[in-house]
Amino acid sequence: MEESWLAIYEALPYLLKGSAVTIGLVAGALALGLILGIPMAINQVYGNKYIKIIISFYVWFFRGIPVLVLLFLFYFGLFVLLGLDLSAFKAGILVLGLRSAAYQSQIFRGSIQSLGEGQMLASLSLGMSKIQAIWNIILPQAIRISLPGWSNEYSIILKDSAVTYAIGLMEIMTRGKFIATRTFKPMPIYLICALIFLILTYGGVKLLSELEKKVRIPGFGNKGEGN
Amino acid sequence: MQEDQPIVLKIENIHKRYGETEVLKGVSFTVKRGETKVIIGPSGSGKSTLLRCINQLTIPDQGRVWLEDEEVTHIKKDINLFRQKIGMVFQDFNLFDHLTALRNVEIGLIKVKGMNKKQARERAYNELLRVGLKDQANLYPAQLSGGQKQRVSIARALAMDPSVILFDEPTSALDPELIGEVLEVIKNLALSGMTMVVVTHEMGFARSVANEIIFIENGMILDQGSPYDLFINPKHERTKKFLYKITELYGKSKDE
Amino acid sequence: MDSLDFIKDIVLPPLFEGTLVTLKLLVFSIPLGLVLGILIGTGRVYGNRIISFLCTVYTIFFRGTPLLVQLFVIYYGLPSLGIYFSPFTAAVIGFVICSAAYHSEYIRGAFLSIKNGQMMAAQALGMSRMQAIVNIIFPQAIRRALPGCSNEIIYLVKYSSLAFMVTCVELTGAGKIVATRYFRYTEVFLVIGALYLIMVTIVSNLLKVMERRLKIPGLG
Repeated sequence: MEESWLAIYEALPYLLKGSAVTIGLVAGALALGLILGIPMAINQVYGNKYIKIIISFYVWFFRGIPVLVLLFLFYFGLFVLLGLDLSAFKAGILVLGLRSAAYQSQIFRGSIQSLGEGQMLASLSLGMSKIQAIWNIILPQAIRISLPGWSNEYSIILKDSAVTYAIGLMEIMTRGKFIATRTFKPMPIYLICALIFLILTYGGVKLLSELEKKVRIPGFGNKGEGN
Repeated sequence: MQEDQPIVLKIENIHKRYGETEVLKGVSFTVKRGETKVIIGPSGSGKSTLLRCINQLTIPDQGRVWLEDEEVTHIKKDINLFRQKIGMVFQDFNLFDHLTALRNVEIGLIKVKGMNKKQARERAYNELLRVGLKDQANLYPAQLSGGQKQRVSIARALAMDPSVILFDEPTSALDPELIGEVLEVIKNLALSGMTMVVVTHEMGFARSVANEIIFIENGMILDQGSPYDLFINPKHERTKKFLYKITELYGKSKDE
Repeated sequence: MDSLDFIKDIVLPPLFEGTLVTLKLLVFSIPLGLVLGILIGTGRVYGNRIISFLCTVYTIFFRGTPLLVQLFVIYYGLPSLGIYFSPFTAAVIGFVICSAAYHSEYIRGAFLSIKNGQMMAAQALGMSRMQAIVNIIFPQAIRRALPGCSNEIIYLVKYSSLAFMVTCVELTGAGKIVATRYFRYTEVFLVIGALYLIMVTIVSNLLKVMERRLKIPGLG
């Protein structure tokens, strides 16, 4: 038992460094997914036929293939084929981010569609251009509605980030495996990894729900209240 | 009194078809400055589509629209300039739910007209005052009653200084006890000389406010004339029947 | 050797074997995960304080940690306590435990969405609480939970690839081995991706058919 505590004590700083890598990876992937996901969602609702088909294909592809297979495909295959010499960290952000864009676009698309046609009609009737309407009227509402779904997406990406272990990215699991093998104390080490993930998951979700409360508007986004 | 006023809005031979059904089969009319034109007719007769064809929210298949001698139809760009001058009030309000009443009214001024924020705020506040909602300026749409929401949406349209305002059944989504306050606002606008096209089922209102009533059925104008002509002396048997039925259905309004 | 022949002669045979392992993993994990999920979800809503608490902790823990950690604990951790599993068994246990946690969330939500009157009406007929849950509440709840659970099952089809991380050579693993040997990652993993897309499409269509079969007019 004492040896276990010792192993944990020695492993902890090393694992915490891994946590920083995990957080960076998740933040990068979420940001990339957001930057790509929002325009994808807008075009899926307001775009022309061809762009809609292309985006649907993108979403189908990235949502239908396991994250592990995507990591292998891009990191060992496509990135090499394209002559990109990416670190595991950058590759991880790219793959998780491209995949998250597919999921996030569906969250935002759902929110935009839930607004109904009236908001766009009213904006146009005031003389706004379509782009002005999307920017000033549609997006501020759609993003608020999307926050719970987005917080769920955070927790999914965080957990999926562990899979980057398979391409040797030095995040929590890769470091955990390394130490567990060296110290012959796998159980306590992996439980500590689990604990770190638990804290990151629920800590992050809590933070996002605080954000949600901050940007909340009376009677809006929380159906059932207000009239 | 409008006889010698210039024509603000001219609609000529508007056609619109959705798949198999022809919703509008060639509708034409003109609206002079200061005139209140009321459009009545059974549900599904194409009244809402007609209004949307005027500001091109729906593109008509055929026909033309002029606003003060400038053609609105068949232009690709600058439709937004015309829409600024054609106010619209919707049946289900379509207030921007993430903005307060005041911000709803000022956003068009700031984003579309490029007015500075201070001026826009002042103007928006005055419009809210005009529809009797100065105390509700900082409330969000969800905190307002239906009647208050519709008055905000009227203020939002007014703030843009439109040449004409289109009302698409402005009281149809309201509880009966809230209809009066909205009609009151519209009536005052009419008295102050605002040019308006109003689609409504409120016959009492139509009778007391309209300069001319247009009766549309099956996508065509069946009858049109002064309230007296239509209510007392309708040309068509259909008009008579419709007016009789609708008065039965909606009851006589407080204006009578 | 050109790509098509390479894929046909070298890649596909091991991939098909791998696919069979993946399907075997799923055949065990999907139903067991659903059953455990139903038990835990029911425990959370109708269990006494202790059971409900334990079921809630279970859900929080397994939904809050990556499947990969869970697999590592089961396959690499438990042997240090003298508990050994084959890679296949370890993977199935991990999948069942993890997917049950997610299923239980939908089951719980579905139970809570059933109006109180249903339970009262059943008890008024003389049913015991247990009878009411089994005969009246559950048949309604499971239908409402089905769309969520379907999604979870589709996730599981994709996450079954993680079995390879505990050395169970299923589809992804078989592919990785071939790809590494011939150093042709792009082709091999595109084929694997296509196979997963096919599996996901088939499973989601099957689930849709099931949902339609079970549908009751006006419910759900």
